Amino acid sequence: MITGLFNDWVVIVLMMIGFYIVIAHGNLIKKIVGLTIFQTSVFIFYISMANVKGGSAPILAEGIKLYSNPLPHVLILTAIVVGIATTALALALAVRIKEAYGSIEEEEIQKKDNLDC
Amino acid sequence: MLTHLPILQVIVPLMAAPLCLILSRPRLVWLFALITSGLAFLISGLILQQVMASGTIIYELSGWQAPWGIEYRIDQLNAFLLLIISAISTVVLIAADTSIKQEIPAEKQTYFYILYLLSLTGMLGIVATGDAFNVFVFLEVSSLSAYALISLGKDRRALWAAFQYLIMGTIGATFILIGIGLMYQMTGTLNMHDLSIRLPAVEHTRTVFTAYAFVIVGICLKLALFPLHLWLPNAYAYAPSIVTAFFAATATKVAVYLLIRFTFSVFGLSFSFTAVPLQILFLVFGLLGIFVASTAAIYQTNVKHLFAYSSIAQIGYMIVGFSMTTITGLTATLLHLFNHALMKGALFLALAAVMYRIGRVQLSQFQGLGRQMPLTMAAIVIGGLSLIGVPLTVGFVSKWYLILATLENGWWPVAVLILLGSLLAVVYVWRIIETAYFKPLLAGSGTIKEAPLSFLIPVWILVIANIYFGIDTRLSVQVAQSAAQSLFGVGL
Repeated sequence: MITGLFNDWVVIVLMMIGFYIVIAHGNLIKKIVGLTIFQTSVFIFYISMANVKGGSAPILAEGIKLYSNPLPHVLILTAIVVGIATTALALALAVRIKEAYGSIEEEEIQKKDNLDC
Repeated sequence: MLTHLPILQVIVPLMAAPLCLILSRPRLVWLFALITSGLAFLISGLILQQVMASGTIIYELSGWQAPWGIEYRIDQLNAFLLLIISAISTVVLIAADTSIKQEIPAEKQTYFYILYLLSLTGMLGIVATGDAFNVFVFLEVSSLSAYALISLGKDRRALWAAFQYLIMGTIGATFILIGIGLMYQMTGTLNMHDLSIRLPAVEHTRTVFTAYAFVIVGICLKLALFPLHLWLPNAYAYAPSIVTAFFAATATKVAVYLLIRFTFSVFGLSFSFTAVPLQILFLVFGLLGIFVASTAAIYQTNVKHLFAYSSIAQIGYMIVGFSMTTITGLTATLLHLFNHALMKGALFLALAAVMYRIGRVQLSQFQGLGRQMPLTMAAIVIGGLSLIGVPLTVGFVSKWYLILATLENGWWPVAVLILLGSLLAVVYVWRIIETAYFKPLLAGSGTIKEAPLSFLIPVWILVIANIYFGIDTRLSVQVAQSAAQSLFGVGL
């Protein structure tokens, strides 16, 4: 049960770690790190889903009959690009927030906002 | 040319976005963006006409046959949504030049239009495509540009709002991605039509159930369904006024479309509503959303916040219509989709005009504005009446169908609750009217001029549409009804 679904367990553990960090931490950089871990777990999920037991890389060559499903790999390349864009944008926003508020702690930002109102 | 309309719908704004960089002069870029959006509107009009006349359009990208290649599949529902999005985008863009000049520094204006066009591309793409993974990609295209657009707001709180939206939005999109992955694992296909054929064979498995749960929760995050709405009020309130008008009228509508598409077409009606007690869940959350958000709207001091909360309440109405799972209920949802886009487009554009003249949209600043900016305030009043659902406005039409649907199901307590919800809308709309018309002008504010024509024209286009479609309901009802019927019919 556990050995057969090893990758799935890894995915679930990583996913929950990432999700927990996003929810529990107030530091914006830590939130971004959590979000990245969360997304990465999904990449691993797609990649391990495509694996065919005993299959090689999907390359056209002599002697290769059994190969892994390339489609999820390609899909996840796209998702990785999206993930990088998201991380970059989130970091850029964090920089701007630091400039505007002088802090990247959620609580302090919230406090300053409440003073403004 | 005509056979390529579905792809042109998406590719025209996509190609136009980077071209903006070459033009570089903000005014030229604005004109270019306006023309592009107008072109997209024209295309969507032609598509709707084609679909209504000859049925679903299937377009295979670069000739690859589905389910191997990506196909665009446009039926009445898609065509209807494409028309709403591109129409609102075009009308909102008319006012963009004047409004943006004041709210965004000159060197960033070109980038604003690029992001705007990309966001438009994303939304049109989500609706046009018939491929589940493609949906995710376009969802991220529109979301990423949305985060950046919101962060362009003048107030520093815009940054914080954009960041919070980014976190929530990314989690939602990743949930959808997980769901799509699980579906692919079970069926080996990403094509929505193909999925709908292959899923029933494996629908009793836990994997499909999990996939369904992930997809629905992910979409509901994007949809801002109560209680997943927390990102919305600040994002709408602090974004540049033009961005608010565009998103309030379109972004959540796209998510509603996804919800309908996935529950009705991909997973199928029988699975969607038996695997999970979705009917009762959506009914409860929809009604709670209406009451909590409307009550919150009453206590807001910032008018943009007020209408943002009202948007969450309006989404509640759409979800209530959806939860009935009858043709009339779904027709009501689709009608409200269209009508709400008209109302909120008009209201937020009018607010953009107020922002342009006064620089703030606090309710206290509205004192005496009824006499200073009569045409803008009149637009807000008519938009507000439409929000309440007064006869002769579009709001009445959708509420009428919604109540008809509840009575058809014999859910009369729900009908009573919907009417009570409308009373809450009366309260928050009245607060604005009272301040604007029955309070003296703020001392020391001098004379405030009426908004320039570049605001008044788009605002009144939408206001007149609010009244026109409230009286002559043939077009909107016919399209919504036939779309609802086809969803209940043979599926995709």
